Amino acid sequence: MSTPTANPVYKLELTSSPHVHSRWNTKQAMWLVIISLLPPVVASVLFYGFYQLLVILVSVGICVGTEALIKKARHKEVTISDGSAAITGLLLALILPPNFSLFFTAIGAIFAIAIGKEIFGGLGYNIFNPALVGRAFLQAAFPVAMTTWAIPNFSDAVSKATPLAAFKFEKITADLGAMFMGNISGSIGETSGLAVLLGGIFLIVIGVVNWRVPLAMVLGVIVFGGIFWLIDPSKYPNPFFHLLAGGFMFGAFYMATDWVTSPLTGKGMWMYGGGISLIIVVIRLFGGLPEGVMYAILFMNGFVPLINKYTKPRVFGEVK
Amino acid sequence: MSLFSFAKKTFRGGVHPFEHKEMTENLAFEIMPDPPTVIVPLSQHIGKQATPIVKKGSVVSLGSVVAEPQGFVSIPIHSPVSGKVMNIHREPNTSGYPKDAIIIQTDTTIEGSEKFEPLNYETISGEAIRERVRIAGLVGQGGAAFPTFIKLSPPDGKKIDYVILNGCECEPYLTRDYRLMLEKSEDVVVGLNLIMKAVGVENGIIGIEDNKPEAIEKLKGVATRFKNIKVEVLETKYPQGAEKMLIRACVGREVPPGKLPMDAGVIVQNIGTATAIYDAVVKGEPQLYAALTVTGKGINSPKNLMVKVGTPLQEVLDYCGGVKEEAVKVIVGGPMMGVAQFDFSAPVMKATSGIVVLTKEEVNEHPETPCLKCGKCIEACPINLVPTKLSRYSQLERYEDAEDLNITSCMECGTCTFTCPANIPLVQWIRLGKQKVIELQKEKKTA
Repeated sequence: MSTPTANPVYKLELTSSPHVHSRWNTKQAMWLVIISLLPPVVASVLFYGFYQLLVILVSVGICVGTEALIKKARHKEVTISDGSAAITGLLLALILPPNFSLFFTAIGAIFAIAIGKEIFGGLGYNIFNPALVGRAFLQAAFPVAMTTWAIPNFSDAVSKATPLAAFKFEKITADLGAMFMGNISGSIGETSGLAVLLGGIFLIVIGVVNWRVPLAMVLGVIVFGGIFWLIDPSKYPNPFFHLLAGGFMFGAFYMATDWVTSPLTGKGMWMYGGGISLIIVVIRLFGGLPEGVMYAILFMNGFVPLINKYTKPRVFGEVK
Repeated sequence: MSLFSFAKKTFRGGVHPFEHKEMTENLAFEIMPDPPTVIVPLSQHIGKQATPIVKKGSVVSLGSVVAEPQGFVSIPIHSPVSGKVMNIHREPNTSGYPKDAIIIQTDTTIEGSEKFEPLNYETISGEAIRERVRIAGLVGQGGAAFPTFIKLSPPDGKKIDYVILNGCECEPYLTRDYRLMLEKSEDVVVGLNLIMKAVGVENGIIGIEDNKPEAIEKLKGVATRFKNIKVEVLETKYPQGAEKMLIRACVGREVPPGKLPMDAGVIVQNIGTATAIYDAVVKGEPQLYAALTVTGKGINSPKNLMVKVGTPLQEVLDYCGGVKEEAVKVIVGGPMMGVAQFDFSAPVMKATSGIVVLTKEEVNEHPETPCLKCGKCIEACPINLVPTKLSRYSQLERYEDAEDLNITSCMECGTCTFTCPANIPLVQWIRLGKQKVIELQKEKKTA
């Protein structure tokens, strides 16, 4: 009794507390995001046809393959099964114009993973949203292809212009109902506010996405867009147009909420979401481009380390 | 989750672990027979260890003092059985660090037992309560095992407004506080009344999580007989039973970092402490039993037990049908803050609240991945720290940065590690860093 002996019967683990873990793990969270992207994928096929599935498959395949190759080349563990590269591929495909070249898609996917993610060290270390990095590259490299739109399947519109472009260059306001359903020109996964909302709310309810970022963005665009609209309704669109136009909804629920590239603290999330909306409104109303969601998010991604530094939560019981 | 948390009395942050209380919540306490040998550690509390007053070969009777307190922050130790002292020796301990202990071989032929004179709880003075609690060797039941009589003697100038009894039992699996509240409702409330008397406080609160409706009903019934004792129903959330969280939920006050509850005018005691005070004062019994829950999917027959202090873990596990082959962890305390055991000859101590035997499936381990910056640890941290950064700084040995981010305020509740999707051992790193920072602070002071 007095000599401590290892008990031979049991194989026990000796770790320090806590000894139980929540249902969360990286892989499962990533796969939930993939599931949540089903409604936009369905919407893209519905409005623009089965060819879009090919674009999605190429984008996902090349993203996953690129990550595997880079990890192999760097003699690191191949981590493609965590699903994060697949998410980047899906997101990238869904923010491309309809009937996009498969070759260009592949180039965008390689760029997204190689330069957007792996160059920083892979999952968890990148500063910018990889899918948006890929799209920004395509926008710069193939500006014509990236702004060639198509008329969606159920639309009797004659112009292929997106609502934002139509407003910017011709002062034509699209029907908000059609914008909500997605029966408008635009990137394949972005047009349907309804589909994005379905997936986005699913992510919030199961707890993958923190509700603060989308809410901050929605409130932000209503406030900033609303101010200009109140100043001159004939010159500036109403805030709900901002909400449903272009990539706003998709950006708010899927892009800005990316764990790795968004702030850590609640306070930081409010600042980040508000900042994105302000930049979106400024670009849309005063910039040379009709749309600004991508650049707004990438720009604020760059501010995240700074935001994290200055939004230290108040320690419990501390009096300031 | 935090969207709806304003509805019930609670604190900000926290997590909802699977409770798994169903395994034992409907089982009444059994009294486990005395084991053949007990190992009674001389230090079952924070503070100086007691000095043995018996020798090898001494014959001791049930309840007699075997070790005297040494210094102020110390308490006497009583023999939990009648028998013969076999040895005084360094023995394995559930804390992981071996401790000096008196080993007593049980001998049922030795007659007689020592008790104190039962006192009337209605007429007893505060001074008499404190003295009885001290000589009965009571310690806090909340893990830190602080001598109870010290907690009942707040320094002059500290005005205490509330005594809060911690009936949360927010650790998953454990049900011993619940059973005590059900089976000894009377003792719990009278015990609280005695604490209030000892401290000279008007208001007593029993804080209970809303997953224990039967206990709430029962205690509410008994509490109506006393003035100024009320039962507060709190949201079921871990760590609701942490002192600071409990105080925040019950009376809306925040204990500042590095301060004690009494600095916020509150004294918190555990359910087990209240019943032990009742036993010491009303029945005249020193603390000889530990009330504990033996549970988990890895034990053959889970039970709520009254076990003699000093009983080796192996005896308790055997009494509960033994450990199953698929068990991977044997934890003393709850699964969130308890200590994993490697030597079952370590004894049950006064503050032991449970033995949880977990299987692989319950532990739910996943491979660690890089931090995904999801912010879940920050949202869950009840103290509002930034666990992901603190753990990173600990890994990088950047202790000054960790100190700037208040690493020493961490109470090691483990919510961050529990919730982390990347399965990073956050609190484990923070624990390490916190110790280093405290060492460095001490060095600075002495330099």
